[in-house]
Amino acid sequence: MTALEPISELKLEGITKRFPGVLACDGISLQVRRGEVLALVGENGAGKTTLMNIIMGLYRPDSGTIHVNGEEVHFHSPGDAYARGIGMVHQHFMLVPNMTVAENLALGLKELHHFMNLDIKGAAKRIREVSERYELPVNPDAYIWQLSVGEQQRVELVKTLCLGARLLILDEPTSALTPQETDDLIVRLQRMASELAIIFISHKLNEVKALSDRVSILRHGAVVFNGQTANHEPSELAALMTGHDVVLPRNEGSSIQGEPLLSVQNLCVRGDRGNLVLDGLSLELRAGEVLGMAGVSGNGQREFADALAGLRPVESGQILFGGKDLANRTPREIIHAGMGYVPEDRQTEGIVPSFSVKDNLILKDFAEPRFSKMAFLRKKEIDSNAEALKERFDIRCPSTSTATGSLSGGNIQKVILAREISRGPKALVAVYPTRGIDMGAQEFIHEQLLARRREGIGILLISEELEEVMNLSDRIAVIYKGKILKVLPAVEATRERLGILMAGLADPDTPGDAQAEVPAGVAHE
Amino acid sequence: MNRNKILYSGAIILAVTLIAALLVALVLYSIGASPLATYKTILTGPLSDLFGVTEVLVRSVPLMLVALGIAISFRSGILNIGAEGQIQMGVIASTAMALAMPHAPKAILLPATMMAGALAGALWGGIAGWLKAKLQVNEILSTVMLNYIAAQVYTFMLRGPMLDPNELETGSGTPQSMRLPEMAFLDTLVPGTRIHMGLILALVAALLVWMLLWKTTLGYRMRTAGAGAKAARYAGIPVERYLIVAMLMAGGFAGLAGAVEVSGVHHRAIEGISSGYGFAGIVVALFGALHPGGIVPSAVFFGILLIGADMTQRSASVPANMVLVLQGVIILSIVSAQSFLRNPYAQERFFRWFGRFSSSARKAGKGAQS
Repeated sequence: MTALEPISELKLEGITKRFPGVLACDGISLQVRRGEVLALVGENGAGKTTLMNIIMGLYRPDSGTIHVNGEEVHFHSPGDAYARGIGMVHQHFMLVPNMTVAENLALGLKELHHFMNLDIKGAAKRIREVSERYELPVNPDAYIWQLSVGEQQRVELVKTLCLGARLLILDEPTSALTPQETDDLIVRLQRMASELAIIFISHKLNEVKALSDRVSILRHGAVVFNGQTANHEPSELAALMTGHDVVLPRNEGSSIQGEPLLSVQNLCVRGDRGNLVLDGLSLELRAGEVLGMAGVSGNGQREFADALAGLRPVESGQILFGGKDLANRTPREIIHAGMGYVPEDRQTEGIVPSFSVKDNLILKDFAEPRFSKMAFLRKKEIDSNAEALKERFDIRCPSTSTATGSLSGGNIQKVILAREISRGPKALVAVYPTRGIDMGAQEFIHEQLLARRREGIGILLISEELEEVMNLSDRIAVIYKGKILKVLPAVEATRERLGILMAGLADPDTPGDAQAEVPAGVAHE
Repeated sequence: MNRNKILYSGAIILAVTLIAALLVALVLYSIGASPLATYKTILTGPLSDLFGVTEVLVRSVPLMLVALGIAISFRSGILNIGAEGQIQMGVIASTAMALAMPHAPKAILLPATMMAGALAGALWGGIAGWLKAKLQVNEILSTVMLNYIAAQVYTFMLRGPMLDPNELETGSGTPQSMRLPEMAFLDTLVPGTRIHMGLILALVAALLVWMLLWKTTLGYRMRTAGAGAKAARYAGIPVERYLIVAMLMAGGFAGLAGAVEVSGVHHRAIEGISSGYGFAGIVVALFGALHPGGIVPSAVFFGILLIGADMTQRSASVPANMVLVLQGVIILSIVSAQSFLRNPYAQERFFRWFGRFSSSARKAGKGAQS
């Protein structure tokens, strides 16, 4: 592809980038060689993305130099970076869903574009070569929309390699993957690392630990730590990353055994394609407990949460909450019944991104007497509510008039949580509440959930992070293909046991266990 | 941060305005007119005397009303392209109402005329809203199609049931309605000109729309439905209902504009009464950033353009239709400007360029001092 020698070393020295009012990168120096995985770790807003955009030529540094193989380079666009063998896989995939894998590659490869003719076969051939060489199985003729998220991730990797990159920048590559897909990706990356250089951006420290040789930690735009990964414990790295000791809180056993609060019986719900995604799901949530729902995503979690919030029609079955059947009620009725909901899609469902923080904080309550009078909004009340919640939930925003969509994921989640919790719900459904969120915010959100549990709120925690589920739950329900496979006390749960259950296999510890069948039987009466 | 952002937005808006002016200049040049003279006439001619100023305001009244309705609908997430048809329905209904009660006192007849226009427009807009809410019919298609239907209904009414009997007996058969009773007229504000009470009405309406959208719970619901339909559903706001409400209001404002044109300016329904206000109103609304505070000056600006275009037609050999070219170019410029304003990378590049420019300018300044 290029006459230049393949990249063997990338060296950044004293990279500084100032945005109006913010010092995004403050004299950052980094180095990565072939055969090495460098983990770049930092909280949201630490300057990781800006730094990578500088490497890819999207931003120009105010000062500092970039050397490739000892030679100083100035990139003006991602094309320049690719020409020197540097490629990036973005956190959000850059793939066209209704095109095939080969067509997606051809989009980016100018040399396949001949006059009036696009060499799709050439693209497919390259994909096969690369995917064999690096053991990344990809079918060049498959349409992107047919592929799972993990497969799409592989397509991105193959595409980047096909474009000639030998230094890969992976921006939070596991944020959308299931635990199984994550493990798979890490194994593949380990194998590829001998021939490539990899910069691995993440704030999941167990992955950093598993994959990387060296780790650099960014905080407030500066490198605060450089070291060999093997010599440091994750907790040590977490403390360096956040600037204080991080202890993810744990559920300290069940002191309250509350009344049954929410009882779901034989719920059947159709998915977007019309198939039955929930097929007779039954579940019971008690007051003052955290019920974790573990499962590989796509087994009906989203549809279950939608149905609980009144956003998806229920085919059959009951959702009994406070003595009322909430199946097929409007979202408004369900909200009034005392159900709180932290949705999976926080960017467009949990908030209106273009609205200010204070407007988003009243999204469900603007019509309550507290915030409105005679159909007019009470500006003073709305302002003081926002200031109070900003303080209480540590929402970091320039002001409460800032557009919420411009905040980091962790702060958006705090806005949502602040709104849902301050409404004083009886039950709270939280779907993937910490997905893609940094350690500091994660710690805070976990503490909030446990504090609400102590107040007697029933919390349904839907998550695929086993660590999170096991840390917070009193009981864990495993969902598989739209049914609850088993409910077990959190103290009896281990990673392995949950992993096997999530894969839909029989529970090895209690063969022939009929516990999961009991609620279903109850519903038939 | 904010100062820089304003600087950037200002620079972009200035740049697109210049580019738009340049593009139109090219078109003007190609038809053999002098761009400079044309621009001078358009921008200064209308404001050179009292008559010009009042005529500008006469044109800006319907533009303002239509654009306010457009802003409501766009803010609520439904793109109303059907103001033209809604105006015509408003004209028919208000004229019919005024003619039906020729002897009623003004205190009853004038409000009734206005209400009839607004209601008819609302109904016509509401159809598109209902189709969108209940059957997911694309509102752009339905409103454009409703424009065609309205145009035919309008022609039919003027040539048939509502045709002035005098035209048939003694006149030339011009398709127009009977003259309205004087009790249905909007009063003139400045004697000897055509400027009428409709201006006050439009300014009050602008204030009300601003209050509606940003001060009331109804406005909050509508803006939420428009800015984030998914989040609105999640929060228990029935989005579909507010699509219909928004289209009723948007159509109501367009219908009101029609009624105001009848009872303020023409005093009867004539052919071509809407003269493209329904489409120009979209440009006015976008140029005014879908905010009443921007729509009022923007409507006046487009009033100047319309009158200015008439003047160039008389003074130079430039057809008034050139204003349509100008409108089109302005829409394109706004759309491209918005994509620049939203692109952080473009912003970064601008500041890099600007920083270099200002630092070299500073160096040059220092050099000159020493």
